[in-house]
Amino acid sequence: MKIKVTDREGNKHELEGDTNSTLMEILRDANLDIEAACGGCCACATCHVYIKDEWLDKISGKDDDEESMLDQAFDVKHTSRLSCQISLSEDLDGIEIELAPE
Amino acid sequence: MIEKTDVIVIGAGPVGLFAIFELGLLNITCHVIDNLDKPGGQCAELYPEKPIYDIPSRVKITGQQLTDDLLAQAKPFNPVYHLNQQVEKIAKLETNEWIVETSNNKKLQAKCIVIAAGAGSFVPRKIPIANLDNLDGKKILYAVRNKSLLENKKILIVGGGDSALDWTNELSKIADVTLMHRRKEFRAAPDSVSKMLELENDKKINFLLGQIDNIVESKNDKLKVTVKNNDEKIDFEVDYLLPFFGLKMELGPIANWGLNLDENLIKVDTEKFETSVSSIFAIGDINSYPGKLKLILSGFHEAALMAQQCFKYCYPDKKNVFRYTTSSKDLHKKLNS
Repeated sequence: MKIKVTDREGNKHELEGDTNSTLMEILRDANLDIEAACGGCCACATCHVYIKDEWLDKISGKDDDEESMLDQAFDVKHTSRLSCQISLSEDLDGIEIELAPE
Repeated sequence: MIEKTDVIVIGAGPVGLFAIFELGLLNITCHVIDNLDKPGGQCAELYPEKPIYDIPSRVKITGQQLTDDLLAQAKPFNPVYHLNQQVEKIAKLETNEWIVETSNNKKLQAKCIVIAAGAGSFVPRKIPIANLDNLDGKKILYAVRNKSLLENKKILIVGGGDSALDWTNELSKIADVTLMHRRKEFRAAPDSVSKMLELENDKKINFLLGQIDNIVESKNDKLKVTVKNNDEKIDFEVDYLLPFFGLKMELGPIANWGLNLDENLIKVDTEKFETSVSSIFAIGDINSYPGKLKLILSGFHEAALMAQQCFKYCYPDKKNVFRYTTSSKDLHKKLNS
């Protein structure tokens, strides 16, 4: 499955995803500039991304934990998610995302 | 005044705390420095309530429980904690001992330094807008050091956690405070939230729904903060901006100590976990060696081996007799005293 990422400089990357990983793990292992300080346990907001609108419905919703961690992120939009909380599935093949400001 | 000890441990996370124990077994005393206001590092700051499953023999333990137990385990060895401060400088004496100076101007002298700093020091996360550096500490305050500066001033506090709410409630007594958050829900202590809502109700503070869009310095020594809420933008003029967006981790001054680094990690050998500078060690998430796994249990192992080498620096003329804790009379005396 493919993941299409726009980084903070506007460069586009196409990454290979797999259904055993979270979105954060794919971004981090591709050496994109994403801190993911807590390692994926939803305890920081350093893996903040924007999901392209048309993909939002395909992803399971935010829980309270994620919503409150987003309070520590900048420029939170309705498309904001913490990428460590998104488990990849075949439905998400081709998903387009953008890295949020650090 | 310079305080003397055998070993200075930098970082009071789980690995730093266990190092106190391992060093203590060998009669080596420690002072521990941490930038947070409490020991425990990431375990206590980021995930105190979240479970950890890979500590040997602990089927499931939270970050805070692990911290509390490690503190109890280290306690018989009387470690001295220096919290709320960061190590700024180190210097080597002619005796080959180290002098360590902290951001609170505390000076400590020791034979060895053990860096157990995890991913670095926790520091406030800054607003990711370019060219704000010159306002930092002047008009944009990430920490309040001198409350009197804010008396009768117009202040915008941003955030929805404990720091934002506590400062809103506290500064409402002396200043014109507006609290801004992206939603009207807060992850702060319920008491602080109800206090804030009460203050808002009594018109002692203002609450604003929105996020920072831009910040510029205006001519009259004020800040013009552009605030957006969905697609609506308004300008807001204030004397001071206090953003509270949690903490991030930074290697900080350690990067300038002349140690061999691998990106932001400190290279060590896997026999003694010593850095490229003798008598400075690095253990836990901050070190790097072939096969390194960033696990708490790896850090524990590294602490035990590091202690063996520290013994040689601290007691060059003594023989280190290997003993199990189960049978060491010496240790039992210490633990029972």
